[in-house]
Amino acid sequence: MTRLVVIGAGMASGRVLEHLFEAAPEKFDVTLFNAEPRGNYNRIMLSPVLSGEKSYAEIVTHDDAWYGAHGVTCRFGERVTGIDRDRKVVIGEKGEVVYDKLIVATGSNPFIIPFPGHDLPGVVAYRDLEDTNAMIEAAGTPGASAVVIGGGLLGLEAAAGLRLRGMDVTVLHNVGHLMDRQLDETAGYLLKKDLEKRGIGVITRAATKAIEGDGRVERVVLEDGTSLPADIVVMAVGIRPAAQLGHAAGLEMGRAIKVDAQMRTSDPDIFAVGECVEFDGALFGLVAPLYDQAKVLARTLLGEEDAFRMRELSTKLKVTGCDLFSAGDFAEGEEREDIVFRDPARGIYKRLVIEGDRLVGAVMYGDTADSNWFFGLIKDATDIDEMRDTLIFGPAFQGGGAAAADPMAAVAALPDDAEICGCNGICKGDILKSIAGGAHTLDAVRAQTKASASCGTCSGLVEQVLAITLGDGFQMPTEKPVCTCTELTHEDVRRLIKAKELKSQPAVWQELGWKTPNGCHVCRPAINFYLLADWPLDYLDDPQSRFVNERNHANIQKDGTYSVMPRMWGGITTPDELRAIADAADKFGVPTVKVTGGQRIDLLGVRKEDLPAIWADLNDAGMVSGHAYTKGLRTVKTCVGSDWCRFGTQDSTGLGIKLEKILWGSWTPHKVKLGVSGCPRNCAEATCKDVGIICVDSGYEIGVAGAAGMDLKETELLAKATSEEEAIALVIAFVQLYRENAKYLDRAYKWVAKVGLDWVREQIVDDAENRARLVDRFEVSQSVYRKDPWAEHAKPKPAQRFHLLADLTQEAAE
Amino acid sequence: MSWIDIGHIDDIPLRGARLVKTHMGCLAVFRTGEAEVFAASDSCPHRGGPLSEGIVHDRKVTCPLHNMVFSLETGEAQGADEGRIETFAARVEQGRILLDGTLIAARGAA
Repeated sequence: MTRLVVIGAGMASGRVLEHLFEAAPEKFDVTLFNAEPRGNYNRIMLSPVLSGEKSYAEIVTHDDAWYGAHGVTCRFGERVTGIDRDRKVVIGEKGEVVYDKLIVATGSNPFIIPFPGHDLPGVVAYRDLEDTNAMIEAAGTPGASAVVIGGGLLGLEAAAGLRLRGMDVTVLHNVGHLMDRQLDETAGYLLKKDLEKRGIGVITRAATKAIEGDGRVERVVLEDGTSLPADIVVMAVGIRPAAQLGHAAGLEMGRAIKVDAQMRTSDPDIFAVGECVEFDGALFGLVAPLYDQAKVLARTLLGEEDAFRMRELSTKLKVTGCDLFSAGDFAEGEEREDIVFRDPARGIYKRLVIEGDRLVGAVMYGDTADSNWFFGLIKDATDIDEMRDTLIFGPAFQGGGAAAADPMAAVAALPDDAEICGCNGICKGDILKSIAGGAHTLDAVRAQTKASASCGTCSGLVEQVLAITLGDGFQMPTEKPVCTCTELTHEDVRRLIKAKELKSQPAVWQELGWKTPNGCHVCRPAINFYLLADWPLDYLDDPQSRFVNERNHANIQKDGTYSVMPRMWGGITTPDELRAIADAADKFGVPTVKVTGGQRIDLLGVRKEDLPAIWADLNDAGMVSGHAYTKGLRTVKTCVGSDWCRFGTQDSTGLGIKLEKILWGSWTPHKVKLGVSGCPRNCAEATCKDVGIICVDSGYEIGVAGAAGMDLKETELLAKATSEEEAIALVIAFVQLYRENAKYLDRAYKWVAKVGLDWVREQIVDDAENRARLVDRFEVSQSVYRKDPWAEHAKPKPAQRFHLLADLTQEAAE
Repeated sequence: MSWIDIGHIDDIPLRGARLVKTHMGCLAVFRTGEAEVFAASDSCPHRGGPLSEGIVHDRKVTCPLHNMVFSLETGEAQGADEGRIETFAARVEQGRILLDGTLIAARGAA
């Protein structure tokens, strides 16, 4: 038998032994040294142990019985002090062992930055079970705090685990964004946001000055003077190969023990594997290449031919709820092109880096459903030229011309474990099971599995799974294209406008392959809206892509005349305003003056050429457009409110006016009407508006998604706000979410029915930061659109277009 | 054919229209391209909708009232709809919009 000595019982050497015992059970007499007082366990599963999701016993790879069955002499808890290559012996603390072949698998040591106080008790690395147990113990004290130094993979897993154990956790990272080795800035930002949502504090560009404490760690002090209380400090800033034995034995060294492709060191009888080796200038830290090395080393020892080759690596973070993936190389370069998809509303970011016709890198955050497919493209250096345009949407959209035309084939080809619903983590297999169990409609599948129940964007995929499984038994609701100019649906177009950063109509027509030169009356208003909603600062509104009413800022009537309706903020007016309206009606011969349901006055029957002049008159009296003609904010209806009504609560009328002054001028997918009532008697009829607020003694009940047109529907309660400020922020965020996500010409209630009120709540009620961001984006848009179009068009030059271009009746006939 | 200069091409927004009053009534001049115009009746044969207020796309216009689409080249209604609008000769020369001069002379005939 070959006397094989192994120094280090880690994951790499453990895998070598498995291969050897499987291929040649009787060939090796193995002695296994391990400095830790235990055998091989799955080190990468320490995170679940830390978080309490698994116990140590569950992550043991080789137990005593396994070692016994394979005749392994275990010398656990014993350090190896040297290797005598001349005598071919390994020197342990408790004696020597002779070897024929030796494997050095000493792994790595955590890197400890020598800050003042780094050696205080309570400062641990995150490397082995002892560290993990120290952290678990620290978390046992109620209200204890932890500081994790290092915002890389390991540090974040430690932070998440400690947080799950109830500690106050702050992560310090010295670079500008987390996981800077694997992620780019945007993905790092999203990760930070998600961690903060989980109650983990993150300080980037943190310069640690010292770790302080009296006999034990008590706090971490930063250069800027910040002092963070800490019952435990986890230093997770990286690893260094533990290669001292190799150095002492005179093996050829680089930054670690140098090996060839057979994992042989400069001594032909000594091999090395795992994190203590250097191959072709590279060091190793992730498990995938270690397993490759283990396989090669086992074959070498068995006298078979094999060679280790480096492969592309990918990273996933094992923190529940933080869905990120990174693979390949994503540095920017001259020859490189990026395809970026961002969905800020859902916290999704995907970036593909392309060099020539190859995908060389991928970073995704928030939706990593297609990560394995992308990783495959990187590893195999697949030519992606043909699918470049739709590459970022993943395999469901690919498969050459045929599958692009037949997305069903692509869905049929998905494996059972392919994730269909990213929000709820529902795989194709789950959906198939529910279909087999009798769920034969989208709603039934949604109810049983939650698939497509959140953001709803995977509804189409779920339907395709249904169609494939049930065949004719499933009536596919036809997802209609926007119009005959394109095969794309509204949802596709909205997504592509964001993903491809299309900022002009020609860009949309060109990049999305419009079949017509410049669209039609169906798609043009929709695209115009999507562009101005998504890129308020970049895109210039195109009046020629608007329906006549929005272009002429008045409602065309059946006889070709127009109606003019000035704004009355919250339905409050003054004698002066009323006089000006009466004067204008007289002056322009307005045949009908109508009080509207939206609490204002409509002047019907104004001739087009008179529009600029009547606007000018109304402007002079301090009035602005009521936007009664827009897919935009119409009115905010109010009751008389607490100033007069004996039942009124809050300043309901004032709130209505404030909301109208904030929201006016904004364009929305369809019209938006608000109501604010001062008490539940609801005189402002707020409960059938797109947004309706009922003021009560304790605050503001904010309802959304009401309707009183073709459909009649009561609002649903979005949230209850306790302050006016909060109520206003919720309303703005709702309107902005609607602006960013809805299909053009879907009223709010239709849109909410599609995405679900739960999802809307998650976005703007549960997630205060997202709410604030929506409000910010709305304000950016309003910096462009919160102005009176009448004043603009009443100016002499724009007013010209309301008049004849030429009057040939005045020309003399020749 | 005599041509009448009725204005500069930039007096009409791209994919927009303006009206020209004639003795035969108002006709619409549509700008379909950087230097391309068409002249046609302003009135939709369906319910009299003002075609000059419609959305102009390709060499077509959609009536703002009920979405009938007309070719500006032939005047024919597109798709399933039936109907036709009268078209008139128009062109652009050195940035000026020129209309068929007989539109003025039509007074005599009217």
